Amino acid sequence: MRRHRPTGRRDWFGRSFSGDDANEAGDSDDADDSETDKRAPAESSVMNPLQRYAPLVDDEEAFFAACERPLPSVVRVNTIKTTVARAREALDDEGVAYEPTDWHPGVLKLEDSSPGTNWPYFHGWLHGQEEVSALPAIALDPQPGERVWDTCAAPGSKTTQIAAMMDDEGVLVGNDNNLGRLSALRHNAERLGVTNLVVSNQDARNFSMKPFGERTPEQSGSFEQFDRVLVDAPCSCEGTCRKNPDVLDEWTMNHVKSVAGIQKGILRRAVQVTKTGGTVVYSTCTFAPEENEAILDFVLEREDCEVVEWDVPDGFETAPGITEWEGDEYDPSVTKARRVYPHHNDTGGFFTAKLEVTA
Amino acid sequence: MSDDTAPDENWGQQFDRLPPTADDRVVEGRPSREEVVDWWEERFGVDPAVFDGYTFWEKGAGKIWAFHGEVVDPIKVEGLGMRILRTRQRHWKPSTNAVQRFCGDATKNVIELSPGEAKAFVNGHDQQLDWWEGDWGYLTAAHEIAGELEPLGVGLYLHGELRSTVPKGRQEELVKLD
Repeated sequence: MRRHRPTGRRDWFGRSFSGDDANEAGDSDDADDSETDKRAPAESSVMNPLQRYAPLVDDEEAFFAACERPLPSVVRVNTIKTTVARAREALDDEGVAYEPTDWHPGVLKLEDSSPGTNWPYFHGWLHGQEEVSALPAIALDPQPGERVWDTCAAPGSKTTQIAAMMDDEGVLVGNDNNLGRLSALRHNAERLGVTNLVVSNQDARNFSMKPFGERTPEQSGSFEQFDRVLVDAPCSCEGTCRKNPDVLDEWTMNHVKSVAGIQKGILRRAVQVTKTGGTVVYSTCTFAPEENEAILDFVLEREDCEVVEWDVPDGFETAPGITEWEGDEYDPSVTKARRVYPHHNDTGGFFTAKLEVTA
Repeated sequence: MSDDTAPDENWGQQFDRLPPTADDRVVEGRPSREEVVDWWEERFGVDPAVFDGYTFWEKGAGKIWAFHGEVVDPIKVEGLGMRILRTRQRHWKPSTNAVQRFCGDATKNVIELSPGEAKAFVNGHDQQLDWWEGDWGYLTAAHEIAGELEPLGVGLYLHGELRSTVPKGRQEELVKLD
């Protein structure tokens, strides 16, 4: 039986979105399903992009079924302003039901998908963040006092998580090329009490170190390279279809190709401005190998870096990166990257690779 | 970087580091680091050690930012740490975010609100609170949550009334509490 999403669902922030035209194309038997014919002719001629990935997943049926379910509301406890114990006590006091995730004590699944807002949220103790998007900061493993660059930071869920992991100390550069989105980053960072963030507005592909004193190394506070860089790249976002089914309707191969060019440019620049022995994490919320393993393969050939294993939290299921896709072959080391499919952990879809800079 | 501005004038397009003390002041009207740290201690009893490791900056006239790290001075970026204080006016005004971040252990000028008063405060309402016998001016408004007192934001207390200065964008975060 096809599952229908309830209409008028609300997310954690109380924004409503209609779900009645949700991901109808998510079923594996949709190719010959008459219901898909309700779509406009131009759309119905386009295959559901998720179908492309059926050969990659271990359990097609579970994959498509998970993609069609709405995503649970999840919050991350902001340890800059409180402790996990105190945030949980405040939620208990307000009667907000939640369940800690198996793999992270500070990531809580809320039982009610429309909790509205509450005191711990007002105090900046909680931040609404999709569960799977907590992975890249874990792979990055930033340390207090380091210099870290988040290339595509807005609206700041991962940036503020990185700040908390740095004990809010050091230099965290949160960059975004979109000035409008930067105001969301600033708002979130200030609400969460972050004080080690430098907000910058550059095109990450040719990110200039000049503002940080690259040309005046004698000056106090100047630096020309980072210890760690996160490239959470713009992508075709199919992995967010449980939150925003429109991404599947809007998907085109042309977009994949154009965004892949941007991804290559950002990842190359990230490797260039990271010191030898430093870490670059590349992540997306797409399943498309053209935007994942192919990007790693491209950069491995051109920049001094290698893919390394990273410690996926216990209890969190992932699959290795792939080395073959539609006639293309990728460097064997990309299998060290981790793919996350929605049915694995009841999350969105995701891709995370960790690179070490070698020269 | 600062070629196009003289070292002794304030310039709104970049962050300039505060001088350590008033004796080091070059730009007229710019507060010193010492004056800023002293202000938090005098007003709210915030231990100066809380600000060890912080650098302080001015961008635009009187807007003071606290950054928990070191960068070059001056620096042209969109944001640097947290906006904590508005100076260059008779009564310096702290920001909501700074009071939440730094006044958790404040010992002075903290007004404890009841659950109903706290809710009205964060929704932006001004309230007649004649029972307050402390100073007038900017106070830390706080309430009890999870067994301890926690700062909500900045209130301006005048003539028996506590005026809420919680920004509109933060008020929305509690709208659905009822």
